[in-house]
Amino acid sequence: MGILDKHKVLEKNATLLLVFSFLVVTVGGIVEIAPLFYLENTIEEVEGVRPYSPLELTGRDVYIREGCYVCHSQMIRPMRDEVERYGHYSLAAESMYDHPFQWGSKRTGPDLARVGGRYSDEWHVDHLRDPQSVVPESVMPKYGFLEDKLIEGEYVQDLMKTHALVGVPYTDEMIENAAADFKVQVDPWGDYDGLVERYPGAQVRNFDGQPGISEADALIAYLQMLGTLVDFSTFEPVASR
Amino acid sequence: MTDKPTKKPGDVETTGHSWDGIEEFNNPLPRWWLWTFYATIFWGVLYTIAYPAWPLISGATPGVLGYSTRAEVAADITRFEELNAPIEAKLEAADLTAISADAELANYTQNAGAAVFKTWCAQCHGAGAAGVQGQGYPNLLDDDWLWGGSIEDIHLTISHGIRNEEDPDARYSEMPAFGELLAEEEIAGVVQYVRQISGQEADAALATAGETVFLDNCAACHADDGTGDRFQGAPNLTDAIWLYGGSVDDITYTVENARFGVMPSWTSRLSEAEIRAVAAYVHGLGGGE
Ligand code: HEC
Ligand code: HEC
Ligand code: HEC
Repeated sequence: MGILDKHKVLEKNATLLLVFSFLVVTVGGIVEIAPLFYLENTIEEVEGVRPYSPLELTGRDVYIREGCYVCHSQMIRPMRDEVERYGHYSLAAESMYDHPFQWGSKRTGPDLARVGGRYSDEWHVDHLRDPQSVVPESVMPKYGFLEDKLIEGEYVQDLMKTHALVGVPYTDEMIENAAADFKVQVDPWGDYDGLVERYPGAQVRNFDGQPGISEADALIAYLQMLGTLVDFSTFEPVASR
Repeated sequence: MTDKPTKKPGDVETTGHSWDGIEEFNNPLPRWWLWTFYATIFWGVLYTIAYPAWPLISGATPGVLGYSTRAEVAADITRFEELNAPIEAKLEAADLTAISADAELANYTQNAGAAVFKTWCAQCHGAGAAGVQGQGYPNLLDDDWLWGGSIEDIHLTISHGIRNEEDPDARYSEMPAFGELLAEEEIAGVVQYVRQISGQEADAALATAGETVFLDNCAACHADDGTGDRFQGAPNLTDAIWLYGGSVDDITYTVENARFGVMPSWTSRLSEAEIRAVAAYVHGLGGGE
């Protein structure tokens, strides 16, 4: 039986044809995707990157829920104009704990990958409440309601467990202290040593300037840490990545 | 039912398949199509040799052209840095006060400074630098300065920012919240007094009582005559220019809760040349001293 005759078997059986087509496409997938998991030059270890603190993770959830990613990217591409405007180009490692990643695909507003520290908390409150009050030309919608939505952090432990399930290295200690860490990050008078030890570089303060922990607190805590974890004064990019 | 067409002499070969008597001509592919197809395969092979492509054990083949996006952007940045290097070196070496007198530097800082301002400052101070009245973002066009309007003062303000946590050299001062320090009628009085010295409509009796409260509690920062103190960033209260609003409600809120205007530090984000350029730009907007 020649090869063409054998092929006839596939051509005459729809199910078999489907199975074998799938196998052929899988080869392409393996060649393109599998190496990303083991090639040394695609996985760059970068100092400073850590999982999100409970408050930041909650803020990130608000960010996703409100669809901020529809208008904002978090991916500074390696091009001169972007580096001039937003800062050092993004590294893959900087979104290694993002599930799902927030690279985005459209920039109605500016890239937010390095927005942390670029504005004051007060500005973020003013801007979320009414973007046009500070930037008259803005088309960004108002998010003032986030300030009124008080949260207790009762779900943050579950949220962290879910992230641990998909590979974020939250330790048992982190998960155990989730609710306490959540509260202490907005309380500059509290005992936040443990928080800062577990999440180096975590910023502690009352982000929205109002009593209670609101969704705005969480969102601003998240925005203010974006892009601040890697110290680019000591980071040496390897050209071959 | 018409008769099935049958193969005529001179027709091309059939594929040999026959389904219920239906046969298929084995027409060759158009040549141009076939050769384009072969050419893309050939080009694909060359491409994977020239550029990073094939995954191996620990890394991918680097490609004979040695292309890398990171190296490319670094080269691009260096190219522009080198183009600007002479003028930026001159700017960094120059005395701050001498910038506006030097035609070349003045021209450069006007343009470079405006570009920096639009990228990094306009979100708070407005595209035209007029600030946001009543929300604490000062107008940089007028000659009413919180921290000083000389080019040195402006340069220092921009370099380290104001009341931020990240820079230990940031300008700092803090007005106390008087809500719990003063009685209600004392606050009502001092508010009317501030209204009076700023030339607004005020209750004369309350204002007279408020004057003593002012001299006792506020003059240390805002000066006896209310004209403020740039050393502490305490605003002049006698003019019609308000950072947070001059209505009775606004002033009462300010006195009871205090204000704490924050501006980020820029030394970690901008180069010294960029800071000098934007300082000269702001200084040249009209209010520079
Ligand atoms: C309709 C599109 C749109 C959506 C949705 C949107 N934004 Fe924006 N955003 C903009 C535009 C346009 C700007 C630029 C003008 C301005 O500063 O307001 C902007 C600016 C910003 C900035 C300032 C960035 C900079 O560097 O100047 C931040 C921070 C921001 N947005 C956060 C958010 C967050 C958080 C959300 C979700 C709660 C959000 N945005 C949703 C359009 C949007
Ligand atoms: C996050 C918002 C924000 C950004 C961004 C910002 N500023 Fe400011 N700036 C402020 C605030 C708020 C004040 C007033 C602080 C105070 O109350 O003393 C201020 C004050 C100043 C002053 C002092 C004004 C005076 O009267 O003494 C100068 C000069 C200035 N800014 C320049 C700049 C420049 C140049 C940039 C861009 C590199 C910039 N600012 C970016 C918020 C900002
Ligand atoms: C420790 C110094 C200090 C004292 C004491 C003080 N202030 Fe102030 N005051 C400031 C500073 C600094 C600011 C500017 C805050 C800012 O820029 O965010 C300010 C701002 C203000 C403003 C807002 C001005 C504007 O343009 O919107 C008013 C009004 C004011 N003070 C009134 C008073 C009164 C009334 C008292 C006494 C009851 C007082 N201050 C006592 C330092 C002080």
